Amino acid sequence: MTTAAHRARPGFVWAAPAVLYFAALGILPVGGVVYLSFTRWNGLGDPQWIGTANWSALAGDPEIGGSIGRTVLLTVVSWLLQTPLALLIGVWAAGPQRNRAVLSTLFFLPLLLSSAAIALMFVSLLDPNFGLAADFGRYLGAPDGNFLGDPDKALYVIASVIAWQFVPFHTLLYQSATRQIPASLYEAAAIDGATGVRQFFAITLPQLRNTIVASSVLMLVGSLTYFEMILLTTKGGPGTSTRVLPLHMYLKGFDGFEMGYASALAVLLVLVGTLLSVVVVRLTGYHRMASDREGA
Amino acid sequence: MQRRTFLSMATAAALTATVTACGGSSGADAEAGGDTAKVQVWALEDAAVNPIATSSIEAFNAASGRQVQLVTYVNDAYKQKLQVSMGSPQAPDVFFNWGGGNLAQFVEAGQAEPLDDLIAKHPDLSSKFLPSVLEVGQVDGKQYGLPMLGVLPVVLFVNKDVFARAAVEPPATHAELLTVVDALKAKGITPIALAGSQGWTELMWLEYLLDRIGGAGKFQAIVAGQDGAWQDPSVIKSLEEIQNLVKRGAFGSNYASVNYDNQGASKLFATGKAAMHLMGTWDFSLQQTANPKLIKDGKLGYVPFPAYEGGAGDPKAVVGNPSNYYSVTANSTHKDVAEQFLADSLTSDAYINGLIDAGQVPAVKGIEATLKAKPNAEFTTFTYDLVAQAPTFTQSWDQALSPAVSATLLTNLQKVFLDQMAPAEFAAAMAKAK
Repeated sequence: MTTAAHRARPGFVWAAPAVLYFAALGILPVGGVVYLSFTRWNGLGDPQWIGTANWSALAGDPEIGGSIGRTVLLTVVSWLLQTPLALLIGVWAAGPQRNRAVLSTLFFLPLLLSSAAIALMFVSLLDPNFGLAADFGRYLGAPDGNFLGDPDKALYVIASVIAWQFVPFHTLLYQSATRQIPASLYEAAAIDGATGVRQFFAITLPQLRNTIVASSVLMLVGSLTYFEMILLTTKGGPGTSTRVLPLHMYLKGFDGFEMGYASALAVLLVLVGTLLSVVVVRLTGYHRMASDREGA
Repeated sequence: MQRRTFLSMATAAALTATVTACGGSSGADAEAGGDTAKVQVWALEDAAVNPIATSSIEAFNAASGRQVQLVTYVNDAYKQKLQVSMGSPQAPDVFFNWGGGNLAQFVEAGQAEPLDDLIAKHPDLSSKFLPSVLEVGQVDGKQYGLPMLGVLPVVLFVNKDVFARAAVEPPATHAELLTVVDALKAKGITPIALAGSQGWTELMWLEYLLDRIGGAGKFQAIVAGQDGAWQDPSVIKSLEEIQNLVKRGAFGSNYASVNYDNQGASKLFATGKAAMHLMGTWDFSLQQTANPKLIKDGKLGYVPFPAYEGGAGDPKAVVGNPSNYYSVTANSTHKDVAEQFLADSLTSDAYINGLIDAGQVPAVKGIEATLKAKPNAEFTTFTYDLVAQAPTFTQSWDQALSPAVSATLLTNLQKVFLDQMAPAEFAAAMAKAK
């Protein structure tokens, strides 16, 4: 009896909670958004079916090309900025020393703050007349403290604030992954005379490969849908200099009350996000879940 | 169909809950929610103003034996509840609105009752209110809304201390404004504080310049959606003047990073780093709390927006937020009571004095003496005279236009300020926006 029950595969009932949960909170809303993208709706009353008008309007939207470009730029800049920082801090913080434990606790503080709080804090810090920007702007190429209001700088300033917010999270991933690398690998390398730098490139980095992929997927998909901090700092401005695609969708939907068109933008985002994560996972071989671990 | 039913049921449930909750605070019966004999007045939640409305309602109920009741909501929830409930049996009898484009959408849907007959019966209603403010409660020549709060025009605040330091006088004309800007710049002072990270602060400059250059009719044509209204030469001219001001350094070099909500612009002005600030009269209350010394030391000055030489507009005209309005719902079953309530309350001495005590400047004639006896008399009298003498009171464009057009307008205007968009491109882009 016991052995038979052991051998039988788990039935559908086992998957039911997850399937129901995903259907109710994942599939159903996406279906609703797809439906809305074929309607005209200002958020009140009944949506009116207008066929593919919203989809053909995408081509004529003067902001869409720019906002897609800015989304890609923000994603690339975020990855280039956050990955090396998080990797280095994570590996460093994985060491057993007490001062590292204390300092990494401090590094993780931004993780505890909400995006809204971070946005309001940086708006005040970056005030050109009364914030830190007034004092330190001259060292950073803006003597008048004009950071968020400069069309050429605003998106990079935003990318830096996003990095400040999310590097701690990715650091946490790298820290825990580094701690799982078997100590015997380092001991063997030390016996062979490998230096710390050599050990980092020959052991740590290859062992962290899967973590790098996981962190990158989170980062790429995260940047693709990131908008709340931008909404609260610049609202996409000055002009449209920081209007990324998800923010464009939000402003169309909840500022202009064009829910139908905003839904078309949302569907576009879902498609691009899914595509991007599939491509990244395929390219890196992450889906095979191959382990490099000793004894695996 | 099903969704509609669900929505109205959900709304009904929510309303019943709110009505019951508010019934207690307004002194009416707690089981008010189910009692259809009650006449409901919906308004925004406002700790300073709600008690005045409540006491005028109590006075009306005591005198008439009717059951009028105040129900209040916070801003965003109010707009949604009102739109959903209109046309349903749960609709209020009297509803608070913003006049202009906001009121027009209810009129177009046949949900607001014209009040012209009421005014004919009570002539003092139209004769007591300031004409420019009353006008914003009109749609297609009929009166649908009556002013029920104070006026909030946009004025040019000047820092007297800074003007004295630079040995210049507050500008009365556009040419003087340009001279003052140059003089202040030479002294190393930012001439004008502008919270340019938020488009609506920049919009005030366009609103006033178009009003001075082309007259109030130009924006009325835009609101009416007339062909070519955005491409009118006076719109282009106003935008060119804006770009001219920016290039002269009138707003400093970093205005696009300044935020109004964290008082970036108000503080810049109060600390004397900037000399002028074009803002709604609500900034006076803000300065009173944040920088009381500015007012106590008599450094806060205020003047009307400068005239424009050769412009078609009347230099006495104002822009801003004229007032908020009460309107009667078209399919209300208690229209007579609702109208009687408005006629008895809105111009009553108790209601007007209550508003003045709460720091408001009501849009009612002949209150100069009362204003003079209250705190900040100099400023409230200035505001009152400005509006009382104004031939027109143009409503803030972002309230008068539809949400979608306003959003496009604010984005494009930011681009004009940043010189990313030429005036002609702006006009063409706005003509396409809908």
